[in-house]
Amino acid sequence: MDNDVLLGAYVFLLAIFLGIELIGRVPATLHTPLMSGTNAIHGIVLLGAMLILGSVDGFLLELIGFVAVVLGAANVFGGFVVTDRMLEMFRKKPGAGGARQGK
Amino acid sequence: MIDNWRDALIDWSYVVAAILFVVGLKQLGSPATAQRGNQLAAIGMAIAVVATLFTRGLDNRLLILVGIAVGAVISVYPARTVKMTAMPQMVAIFNGMGGATAALVSVAEFQDKVDVPRGEVISIVLGTLIGSISFTGSMIAFAKLQELMSGRPIVFPSQKTVNAALAGVIGVLAILVIAIQEGNAARTLLVLMFLAALVLGASLVLPIGGADMPVVIAILNSLTGLAAALTGFVLGNQALVVAGALVGASGSLLTMLMARAMNRSVANVLFGAFGGGPAVGAGGGGGDGGEALPVREISAEDAAVPLAYAQRVIIVPGYGLAVAQAQHSVRELAELLTGRGVDVRYAIHPVAGRMPGHMNVLLAEANVSYDDLYEMEQINDDFGKTDVALVIGANDVTNPAARNDTASPIYGMPILNVDQAVNIIVLKRSMKSGFAGIENELFHDPKTTMLFGDAKDSLTKLIAAVKAA
Repeated sequence: MDNDVLLGAYVFLLAIFLGIELIGRVPATLHTPLMSGTNAIHGIVLLGAMLILGSVDGFLLELIGFVAVVLGAANVFGGFVVTDRMLEMFRKKPGAGGARQGK
Repeated sequence: MIDNWRDALIDWSYVVAAILFVVGLKQLGSPATAQRGNQLAAIGMAIAVVATLFTRGLDNRLLILVGIAVGAVISVYPARTVKMTAMPQMVAIFNGMGGATAALVSVAEFQDKVDVPRGEVISIVLGTLIGSISFTGSMIAFAKLQELMSGRPIVFPSQKTVNAALAGVIGVLAILVIAIQEGNAARTLLVLMFLAALVLGASLVLPIGGADMPVVIAILNSLTGLAAALTGFVLGNQALVVAGALVGASGSLLTMLMARAMNRSVANVLFGAFGGGPAVGAGGGGGDGGEALPVREISAEDAAVPLAYAQRVIIVPGYGLAVAQAQHSVRELAELLTGRGVDVRYAIHPVAGRMPGHMNVLLAEANVSYDDLYEMEQINDDFGKTDVALVIGANDVTNPAARNDTASPIYGMPILNVDQAVNIIVLKRSMKSGFAGIENELFHDPKTTMLFGDAKDSLTKLIAAVKAA
């Protein structure tokens, strides 16, 4: 168990450095999509919710687990879809005209 | 034997997912690959979720699938249909959901488990604390951005004392839970701490002004990542630890970058001039006398003439343009002017809109060419050579007080040098001050004329008037 914690700490610290390195020089234009993208990635906590709902007994704890799964899934799906829509805007060819009726 | 294979397969799926997150995050940092990066991260997430479903001894599989389906249904529709202007609050609400998930997972894990090692108890306590602060904080940020509540700092007497007391109570409860470690008493105390943390999250964000919400969301985003990593410790799941730590780290860095774009420290955003003191600097300093200052109002017809006969025009779009959904009208006006031989460019302040890069997204949506968008540093020296600066719904980012007035709460924030243009036309709904809640002396500049009204209506009138000119 101690080994697990130690391993976790290693992984955690290395990932922290990696996270900082990865987005060190991102242009301001991409800050919003980046925030939205990382927002989707922390939806990974859905996994925790699944494991909890899959292991608890009793109505109350199952209810808490279920709510957690719903919220976690909403974080994941909503996060990736919103980010994709933002980035769609960047991909569109400049001056393509046409679609004037934006949302 | 088969079970071993199954476990190994699940573990390796997590490794693949982690790699996809890292590569995806890397690609999100460059405009050309950003969309693919997001998709890679989504694939990684799908792999991780499916692998988790196959975890040995997992009960309630059907219920889990139903929960995921419900979560997908309630989030995908709003995420697909929400207006681009409302993106920041969508990010806030999804972030809050992630925070709530982390807190609920931590609480449920503690209620369910016996013989929890102390290290895990600490993770549980921190996960509960950070997750619930992120949840209610995000909800307040959402409410402020959605204008369900005032974007102004909300302060009440002895707020700091209340927050400090609350933080103290939470600290004591946390220490007690960690010390007692197990049993019903510890469980009850953890639930109490969870509730107190929910209140604290809300009361920390309430006094922060709407203009600072992007930075707040970035902080809360980072916190949710951290909370996710903490639940990973408790559940012994490295995928959670890696992804959570990645977000926690990149989120903190993003927070600092954003704060730097506004020339503020993060502490200043959280507890500073906008939020901390009961708006003395904001409401008072120079603002009160300002209302008596003269303002020159102009009609659309009169405003059209200098535009139509200008050589160089710089358009300064702000959040007002986005709210009025006027990005298409502004493009139409720009094309009309370009057709008359006017050189039209856009000056984009780093925090134009409500988040860094938000304005670029909005203008890209209206098919404005990237080549016409200039960042502040590129264009700031050109205002002096510009005949007309057309300010549309931007306020604080054009306020010369940021340069001149050391007493101003936005003093030191980099601004667009709109005041150096020969003529300044400001399209604005009313004389109401911007999100920072301070008077803008630009509006009282003798070179400035104001065209009041909804940005879209004003632009439509301007377009007609320019055609007639």
